[in-house]
Amino acid sequence: MNITVRVWRQKNADDKGKMVTYGVENVSEHMSFLEMLDVLNEQLTLSGDDPIAFDHDCREGICGACGVVINGQAHGPQTTTTCQLHMRSFEDGAVIDIEPWRAGAFPVVKDLVVDRGAFDRIIQAGGFISAPTGSAPEANNLPVPKEDADHAFESATCIGCGACVAACPNGSGMLFTAAKITHLGLLPQGQPERDSRVIGMIEQHDHEGFGGCTNIGECTSSCPKGIPLDTISRLNRDLLGALAKGKA
Amino acid sequence: MTITEPYKNPSEQFHAVGDDIHDAKAPTGPIEKRWDDRKFNAKLVNPANRRKLSVLVVGTGLAGASAAATLGEAGYHVKSFCYQDSPRRAHSIAAQGGINAAKNYRNDGDSIYRLFYDTVKGGDFRARESNVYRLAQVSVNIIDQCVAQGVPFAREYGGLLDNRSFGGVQVSRTFYARGQTGQQLLIGAYQALERQIAAGTVEMNTRHEMLELIMVDDRARGIIVRDMVTGEIETHTADAVVLASGGYGNVFFLSTNAMGCNTTATWRAHRKGAYFANPCYTQIHPTCIPVSGDYQSKLTLMSESLRNDGRIWVPKKMNDERLASEIPEDERDYYLERIYPAFGNLVPRDIASRAAKYQCDAGKGVGPGGLGVYLDFADAIDRLGRPAVEAKYGNLFDMYAQITGEDPYSEPMRIYPAVHYTMGGLWVDYDLQSNLTGLFVTGEANFSEHGANRLGASALMQGLADGYFVLPYTLANYLADGPYDKVDHDHPAVVEAKQAVEERITTLLAINGTRTVDSYHKELGQIMWDYCGMERTEEGLTKAIGMIRDLKTDFWANVKVTGVNEELNQTLERAGRVADFFELGELMCIDALNRRESCGGHFRAESQTEDGEALRHDDEFAYVSAWEYGDKQPTLHKEPLEYEYVEMKSRSYK
Repeated sequence: MNITVRVWRQKNADDKGKMVTYGVENVSEHMSFLEMLDVLNEQLTLSGDDPIAFDHDCREGICGACGVVINGQAHGPQTTTTCQLHMRSFEDGAVIDIEPWRAGAFPVVKDLVVDRGAFDRIIQAGGFISAPTGSAPEANNLPVPKEDADHAFESATCIGCGACVAACPNGSGMLFTAAKITHLGLLPQGQPERDSRVIGMIEQHDHEGFGGCTNIGECTSSCPKGIPLDTISRLNRDLLGALAKGKA
Repeated sequence: MTITEPYKNPSEQFHAVGDDIHDAKAPTGPIEKRWDDRKFNAKLVNPANRRKLSVLVVGTGLAGASAAATLGEAGYHVKSFCYQDSPRRAHSIAAQGGINAAKNYRNDGDSIYRLFYDTVKGGDFRARESNVYRLAQVSVNIIDQCVAQGVPFAREYGGLLDNRSFGGVQVSRTFYARGQTGQQLLIGAYQALERQIAAGTVEMNTRHEMLELIMVDDRARGIIVRDMVTGEIETHTADAVVLASGGYGNVFFLSTNAMGCNTTATWRAHRKGAYFANPCYTQIHPTCIPVSGDYQSKLTLMSESLRNDGRIWVPKKMNDERLASEIPEDERDYYLERIYPAFGNLVPRDIASRAAKYQCDAGKGVGPGGLGVYLDFADAIDRLGRPAVEAKYGNLFDMYAQITGEDPYSEPMRIYPAVHYTMGGLWVDYDLQSNLTGLFVTGEANFSEHGANRLGASALMQGLADGYFVLPYTLANYLADGPYDKVDHDHPAVVEAKQAVEERITTLLAINGTRTVDSYHKELGQIMWDYCGMERTEEGLTKAIGMIRDLKTDFWANVKVTGVNEELNQTLERAGRVADFFELGELMCIDALNRRESCGGHFRAESQTEDGEALRHDDEFAYVSAWEYGDKQPTLHKEPLEYEYVEMKSRSYK
């Protein structure tokens, strides 16, 4: 198939940026979306143009590095990571718009690459259990009900790709934050730091310039790992509880 | 009268032979006491002195993140580096199956000794007993540590940890978190690392790539890195350097590694004198999704648990273009069941991989390019019912359907082997220190614990063992003699290293040739796959060395690298990595040529039994091949391997 792509090109953080149109011929339906970009980049390189910069690494949907907005949707038309999207999802002759994540807290570095360092800083503000190496008790001394462990696992599958932020009209990072609050808050190991964690992470979230949550739900519907919206309810409960105890 | 020349290995036209390595610094005495002895005898550093000591850690996978977090927590001044935009993205995250530990929670006869025994045997008697025993010992601490961090391992209804069996061993010792164990363990280590970053003990440098090692007075004292956003070439000095930069499977271009995985950090250290050990030991995984076209950028692994219920077959007729469903039962060859009746579809990874290659070489392969064999669940669906198959393998079937667009419930899957893990790496002693003083190497980047073949669920174990429990002791022992003299940025060794990096970048950007970096990488990968892949021969390897040299020369004359250094330039990043892969690829072929035996992941066609099984030559090759870099040719140093506890045996799966 032959397609047309309109790609956001921006040389660096200070550049204004614009959409540029390219044709890509002989696209196989079995190509992944990123492989289509690889082919385009080979063409651009050979013609002496600057290839399109985009983040990617594992290409199996788990590292969370990739992610672009495709025709207005974070990660495109399917609920997958961009690397797991294949060209069979598009028609021959399609015109596809490709943009970086758009959010105040994720400044563009170049083309489709954004800086998601804000996510790391939210984790630094409490997204962990303080367990110094070597001090751990025997693992089976602390049974965890299977249901809790399974729910914690589901939230822990967040890959930190940022699609939730890109999809949210408010540019909120609440689903990402809530996934970590839920993962650690459901486990007995996570209880001692539960109050300080939620307060610290929310403060950092707001400080980074993410918007607030107004329960629209775009985040969860674009999440490639299906992190549910009710994790945000849990975050709110935890936050209220912590504030009520005067932990702020 | 004839005079017989002393025997010379044909590989010696490509390398010299140097002195043997006789001291890998392992303690002696009863094996179960060696690590305790080493820990007790290791020098300690007073907590007040630790903040005066600095360490650079390159890589943030399991081995790097766990080391950086633990060293930071201990009070050392740590700088951590990764090429990704966040330490959480390192490729440990993609490990699916699980992590071994000798907890014996199943009461099924597991023990530290049994895990040690299985690992030495699984490595085909090419790993050190002392190291492997220590790995088995600390495996139990890893599980405790990860649970304390909140890693959500699978649990039973009683709330205790669940286990499964993995990789052909007879006990259930694998801890897991569905098919995402690597992700959960890495997130645990990442969170521990972020905690230290917040505490100010670790300084994190994301999107920074190590391009050179700095040696001062015969000690590793720093690294040169490139800020991948601004292009700035930075100098970082410290009292010690830790490389936890992963494996080199991407020398094959197509592998299950992440796109960015590379050998540059280890190769640059090798060029500065660090021995590279056993580079030819590569692991090829039999159940990957086949290549669909020449645009293919990476291969995806599917858990080999699929072979528990799937039957592998090819059409009996060559170049059969019928759909699988149109091929009647008596025209199918279930070749693994036919050749290996005792183990059938469950033969070890290397045998299953090689058998698939032979079928495809014989023109019986299926799918695009004839590079695939069927993995058929029709019998399993008949026997167990579709819901049972879905419950067991649903996520893998979904993944297959997502990538291929085919429905594996109605048509058999197509699979083909792919490069998955590299057992070789920088040579280290018992303390995980390379032959370069002050340079420590952990995780897949070193060569040490898996011998010639790694068992399933052992890579995660090794990465975390090194970072959480081994390095903190052995590195402290080294640092106890520090701090070493401060290295100024105008020191001649620093200036020289930095200039070398800058000149290389300038050269790459100035060539402005006609071929893309990827086209070279793909061609190199094809040479490696054809001649240094599943089956290696003297003729093929010799030919490959010539081809790689020619291709490398062409690369430095005709590659096209667009853009400038002072920007995010992904082409430039890849060009530097591919340039190093050429040199590594050549060394892999030389190593494979020297090792005229078959062992683990290394199969020399000249060394097989009448039944086509791998044939080791313990009398001649029971050694680690440690290669010293040379401008003209490498030099081989042999470290003899001795087995005091596990008797050397050959394996049989018939």
